[in-house]
Amino acid sequence: MSIAEYQSQKKPKVDNYLTHNRGFLSWALTLDHKRIGLLYMMFVLSAFLLGGTFAVLLRTSLLTPNHWMFPSDPAHDTQAKLFYNNMFSLHGAVMVFMFIIPAIPAILGNFMLPMMLGAKDVAFPRLNLMSFYIYCLGAILFTWILMGGILRTAFNIHLPFGFGLDTGWTFYTPFSTSKAEDGMVAGVLGAFILGFSSILTGVNFIASIHTLRPRGMTWFRMPLFLWALYATSIIQVLATPVLAITLLLLIAERLLHVGIFDSSLGGDPVLFQHFFWFYSHPAVYIMILPGMGVISEVISVHSRKHIFGYNFIALSSVALALLGFLVWGHHLFVAGQSNLVDSIFSLLTFSVAIPSAVKVFNWLGTLYRGSIRFTPAMLFAMGFILLFTIGGLTGLFLGALATDVPLHDTYFVIAHFHYVMVGSMVFAFLAGMYHWFPKMFGKMCNPAWGRFAAILLFIGFNTTFFPQFVMGAHGSPRRWATYPVEFQPYHVISTIGSYIMAISLITVALNWLAGLLWGKKAPANPWGGNSLEWHCPSPPPYDNFPTPPVVDDPYNLAAWEYDASIEGWVPRKSQPAAATGPAANRTRPVTH
Amino acid sequence: MSTASTEVSAHSHAHGPGHHDPHLAHHFDTPEQQFTSAKLGMWIFLGTEILMFGGLFCAYSIYRHNHPLVFKFAAEAYLSTKWGAINTVILITSSLTMAWGVRAAQLNQKKLLISCLVMTLMGAAGFLGVKTIEYSAKWDEHVWVGSWNKYNGDNDASYATPPPAQPTTQPAIQIPVPAYSPTAIADDANTGLDVSQIKPRYAYSFNQSIQLAPPKRASDAKPTDEEQRDERYRQLSASDQWRVNTFFSCYFLMTGLHGIHVIVGMGLISWILMRTLRNDFSSEYFTPVDLVGLYWHLVDLIWIFLFPLLYLIH
Amino acid sequence: MSLTHSNDIPAPVADDVGPDAPHGVHAVPRRTLAGVYGLLILFTVITVAVSKVDLGAANIWAALLIAVIKGGLVTMYFMHLRWDSPFNGLILIVALFFVSLFIGLALLDSHSYEPQMKPTPMYVKTQ
Repeated sequence: MSIAEYQSQKKPKVDNYLTHNRGFLSWALTLDHKRIGLLYMMFVLSAFLLGGTFAVLLRTSLLTPNHWMFPSDPAHDTQAKLFYNNMFSLHGAVMVFMFIIPAIPAILGNFMLPMMLGAKDVAFPRLNLMSFYIYCLGAILFTWILMGGILRTAFNIHLPFGFGLDTGWTFYTPFSTSKAEDGMVAGVLGAFILGFSSILTGVNFIASIHTLRPRGMTWFRMPLFLWALYATSIIQVLATPVLAITLLLLIAERLLHVGIFDSSLGGDPVLFQHFFWFYSHPAVYIMILPGMGVISEVISVHSRKHIFGYNFIALSSVALALLGFLVWGHHLFVAGQSNLVDSIFSLLTFSVAIPSAVKVFNWLGTLYRGSIRFTPAMLFAMGFILLFTIGGLTGLFLGALATDVPLHDTYFVIAHFHYVMVGSMVFAFLAGMYHWFPKMFGKMCNPAWGRFAAILLFIGFNTTFFPQFVMGAHGSPRRWATYPVEFQPYHVISTIGSYIMAISLITVALNWLAGLLWGKKAPANPWGGNSLEWHCPSPPPYDNFPTPPVVDDPYNLAAWEYDASIEGWVPRKSQPAAATGPAANRTRPVTH
Repeated sequence: MSTASTEVSAHSHAHGPGHHDPHLAHHFDTPEQQFTSAKLGMWIFLGTEILMFGGLFCAYSIYRHNHPLVFKFAAEAYLSTKWGAINTVILITSSLTMAWGVRAAQLNQKKLLISCLVMTLMGAAGFLGVKTIEYSAKWDEHVWVGSWNKYNGDNDASYATPPPAQPTTQPAIQIPVPAYSPTAIADDANTGLDVSQIKPRYAYSFNQSIQLAPPKRASDAKPTDEEQRDERYRQLSASDQWRVNTFFSCYFLMTGLHGIHVIVGMGLISWILMRTLRNDFSSEYFTPVDLVGLYWHLVDLIWIFLFPLLYLIH
Repeated sequence: MSLTHSNDIPAPVADDVGPDAPHGVHAVPRRTLAGVYGLLILFTVITVAVSKVDLGAANIWAALLIAVIKGGLVTMYFMHLRWDSPFNGLILIVALFFVSLFIGLALLDSHSYEPQMKPTPMYVKTQ
């Protein structure tokens, strides 16, 4: 026989969403939600790399009280501080707008939402693709402006239109409207464009969950990840337009001098903060809610136990979304907000801790008497629970008026939000990626390296950010390029921690790459989950389900049993009694 | 909850033998599901538009609440109720023709749909025409947006008067200018720190050579409109005089953003018109007409609120 | 959750639609469209007239009330919300609620600190 015939005999033809059609255009113009999720993944992870690189650079520059990266004469002092301002602006802006807000919804949400609904795609696939291209456009513009500033201030390299942004990601007036660098208008335009990507994704998800749920899947039979995405989408749809108008007003102020925020023209700078934080506070719930959804899935599946308190977790997601809109004033406590409104917002801020606490208790209740497997996903999830608790509790210090006054704009705030954004959200993102990696790519990652990376990241993260709580409580201000010499030990420990984090994240990346290239073939259900995405092959075929899946309680893990021959889970032939419902929480966990 | 898993197939496949609706996307089961989904998506998008304009209404509310006389003066002096009312009637009529057009699409009345869409477009064009008249009148009177407004402190020929001197017990805070040589920072004058490049921006850059219209003459000649206006302006308190510019910012931002939405709406309606001419729509598939109609009605809704808030301040 | 027509308001069929009209389509009757249009013009006239009468602080509330009525008419009849799923209307109400929340708290704040606002120059150059 010919060589071609021989080769076609050896390898069976594989048809999944990755191989279904080939060529650049089949990816660039794809309407398949799974491919769009992967396209997002490339860009979002690149943004993470960019923002993370600058985080390490920032920490490195803070090793000494005077920025050692530049010669120490007065002329270079100014330039060095400008460089520092550009660096933390880039780090914050890239991480917030280009990484955290899209990460879980655009990657894991796009991939898993239709599959968890047993559907073939999201409600509006073309809108989905448009969201992606809007994201690309905004990301490219934003990055260009920000990197241009870095290159100019550090190396005197002038990119065309590379103006730079030195206001921090919060663009506060009056600095941003009068004295900030010329990159303001273009940079803010980039953020404006990125916002639309977020809005359209939210529209898509809400419509999908309302109209594509299969018969038998009532609201309270959805996986909790979908509840989390639904709550996130509500916030995206309601809050992001206010950011859009804020940024437009900022551009108008800067270009036309309209006098809305500029006090020398009759405007009110505090009004800008009201406008900005009305979006940006709910935005932090856009960041954390999908992560909480991932954790609900991972904790349940990897401890072989039905989720504890399903109704409470589901409703607390929506409660968090709605309550998150009532507390934005806590960012303005020392900005000149009136005493009356200060008190109102402080009181409301305490209420927003309640739904989060409800979830933490329910996750702990799920872990209790579960059969815990220390997979990488589970390790990240457990890290999440601890770090989110710390982050959330330190938020209460900042929500109480009296303690906020000395702590505002110090390293305490930085530590607080990094505990919730990195310690919680990034950990959740990594947990989700490890959990769904086999489904997305059909390969298994080496778990030993994954566990190593999780533990190393936990150590590195705490080393980096715990000293910052102490620094902040001692009064060290944030966003300062230099600092009094007595804070140096904290900064050095923090910087060492950041290097440990960098190593662990590189380990994660290599772990994934190795899994993609040389990983074992993944079974359809490697972890034994029961939500619908596990009912199809790994990786899924082009239209998700060869036969329509059967709708069941997504946490009925007893429906699966372990099959050592494929190192995966298969449907159990005989159903044990009382496998679902309240009794499930009191039975011993299902073992294989 | 039952103990056995529910044996329900996730999606019923409602395909008749040999029938495949070309408009039905592969991930929807029925055309009704698809239409409901599209409408829901559009309503969510309209919600986002309401939130976006809501921000502008917030700025307006705050400035009007804190400086009601400013808004009264500026609206009475410079805004024409007549043109505003005409615009309102035009937009309501175009809403009627749009709604009629949607009905025509639903009932397979192609010719009627085309005329309705054309009339809606004419209404939109009429609206923009009236807006042009208004905006050019404002340009002629030097009350455009931002620094082109004679009441704006940034304007070289600003009317803005300095606030009265306030007795203080402590000296005003002086911010020292850093003494670094600009040339040391490469050859880039745009670092923002080269202070000599920054034009000092005072709230009261009062140009002494500009005179307000002279006070009313002793003879009983009737004062001109401009003189009456300046007289009313003089009667405002100093802090209010300095904020007249804010009214025009609100006015231009709100009507400007609304105008952009009208232009976008015209584009969408033209697109629908082209598709109608190509026979794309029927009573079985008229979703895009319906959705564009919803957008157009939102544009009308926003104007229904803008009109009394901006034009009817007395 | 049914997202098709709500059950408590039966969907009227257009008055001039014959027996072979497309099935399941609800078109707004012409009389309804014309009537709503007439009401909208009427309310526009009323709002202009009311604004000429000095009611003090009540003027703006009267204007807003009339605007809400006009808006309600456009929403319910032109935008078909009267016969649509109630969830679409809920979206509108929720959006309006959050706008009011935003305006309310920001207005409360700026009202409270307004007495402290003084016009000042951006900065004063020494030397």
